[in-house]
Amino acid sequence: MSDPILVKDRPLSLQKQFRFQWEPAQESYVLLYPEGLIKLPGSSGEIMKLIDGSKSVDEIIAYLEEQFPGVDLKNDVLDFLEHAYGKNWICTND
Amino acid sequence: MEKIGSVPTIKPKGPLWVNAEITYKCPLHCVFCYNPLDYASTFKSELSTDDWLKVFRQSRDLGAVQLGISGGEPLMRDDVEIMVSEASQMGYYVNLLTSGIGLTEKRISAFKEGGLGQIQLSFQDSTKELNDFLSSTKTFELKSKVAKLIKEHDYPMVLNVVLHRLNIDHMDQILEMAEAMGADHVELANSQYYAWALKNRSYLMPSEEQLRKAEETTNRFREKIGNKMKLYFIVPDYYANRPKACMNGWGSVFLNVAPDGLALPCHEARMLPGLTFPNVRDHDMEWIWNESPAFNAYRGESWMKEPCRSCDDRAKDFGGCRCQAFQLTGDATNTDPVCDKSEHHHIITEQVELAQKPQPPAADIKPIIFYRDDKNSKALIAENS
Ligand code: SF4
Ligand code: SF4
Repeated sequence: MSDPILVKDRPLSLQKQFRFQWEPAQESYVLLYPEGLIKLPGSSGEIMKLIDGSKSVDEIIAYLEEQFPGVDLKNDVLDFLEHAYGKNWICTND
Repeated sequence: MEKIGSVPTIKPKGPLWVNAEITYKCPLHCVFCYNPLDYASTFKSELSTDDWLKVFRQSRDLGAVQLGISGGEPLMRDDVEIMVSEASQMGYYVNLLTSGIGLTEKRISAFKEGGLGQIQLSFQDSTKELNDFLSSTKTFELKSKVAKLIKEHDYPMVLNVVLHRLNIDHMDQILEMAEAMGADHVELANSQYYAWALKNRSYLMPSEEQLRKAEETTNRFREKIGNKMKLYFIVPDYYANRPKACMNGWGSVFLNVAPDGLALPCHEARMLPGLTFPNVRDHDMEWIWNESPAFNAYRGESWMKEPCRSCDDRAKDFGGCRCQAFQLTGDATNTDPVCDKSEHHHIITEQVELAQKPQPPAADIKPIIFYRDDKNSKALIAENS
């Protein structure tokens, strides 16, 4: 199966089966889904936090670049979002 | 589907998964039911709504994130709505496991509003219902109605079908039924032999030939249907030579609370001798999980005997299932006899051999089968007291 292509200018949402939250016991952000848990430590959790149904990939990158001026984070953010999209954690709104 | 226990990055300090068996009452009589044989003894001592909310709160504080609401048939209670909404406000991902009986438009709307994460619909294929299903449309219609409700409320349609000797030859029909119902995920799990299913084991265990055919049918169907419906086929562990990593280890991620408040490291543990399982009425969850002797009894590896004690696989399968070891060898600290390194493995191979012999058709053996019903449960309680 080839990886699905992530469109960069459409708003991103969490898949409806998922729940994203901070877990004190794990000291990490986590994604919850039926019978499972995915830990999203560090920057992955911070990126996921920005997925709110209104921001697109481009907007998320722009936002983070503004937060951390001078840091080249574009590729890392893109990698993570593509991973999350490929895993079906997130989807683009039409 | 990835299960909790398979995520390697987590070092659980507390339970991750709480299963609330809120009642053993059930309108069905499945011959493979894994509720305890004496389940009828819990009817008068069921926990109250407040008791349950306390259990959820305290377990959540320990780090639990997944909550299963099951039974019996959980919808026999009228406070599931409160449990769902309170638990999901606490931060749980809430799963409801139901046969669908009692799932009305009104109730499912309340669950959705309360934040219920998913519904697993089990196809309670007792032989009786199977016959109903195969010979009339009654059951199918009820299930289809419920399936439609589930889809209308924007939940994926997760269907659990328990397979056994008496229904496994009807894989074609079962899969067609699942497709007609619009199922997204179908778990085709062979029954495990505990409690009622152990009593009925010789009638339930499929032959190798049956298993092979059923798996072939499943694969053919999978090819035909593609990604639309995901199929999971699970063979009985008696046909394996290594045991399942039961509960991902005793007291490691899973905590079961029975209708009468007994806290257990797995659904079946109540049967184990020599352990006093704590009751949530008498203790808080923190003590139960961390301190109680019962939850520590088979935690880790120190309880293990040979061949597990020096086996390289002990961190992988934890020596298998304590209940199966006890049920079949009489000692819960023995290696699960499914393992071919166990000196008791012949118990398994003998059963498997028996299962290869032809048996009379289902209709003829019906009177010998033990239906999971209140009358049989009370009779078994009387027999043992
Ligand atoms: S397995 Fe069948 S009898 Fe047992 S609780 Fe579930 S629906 Fe009821
Ligand atoms: S001997 Fe014990 S630890 Fe080793 S494979 Fe068998 S059950 Fe697992």
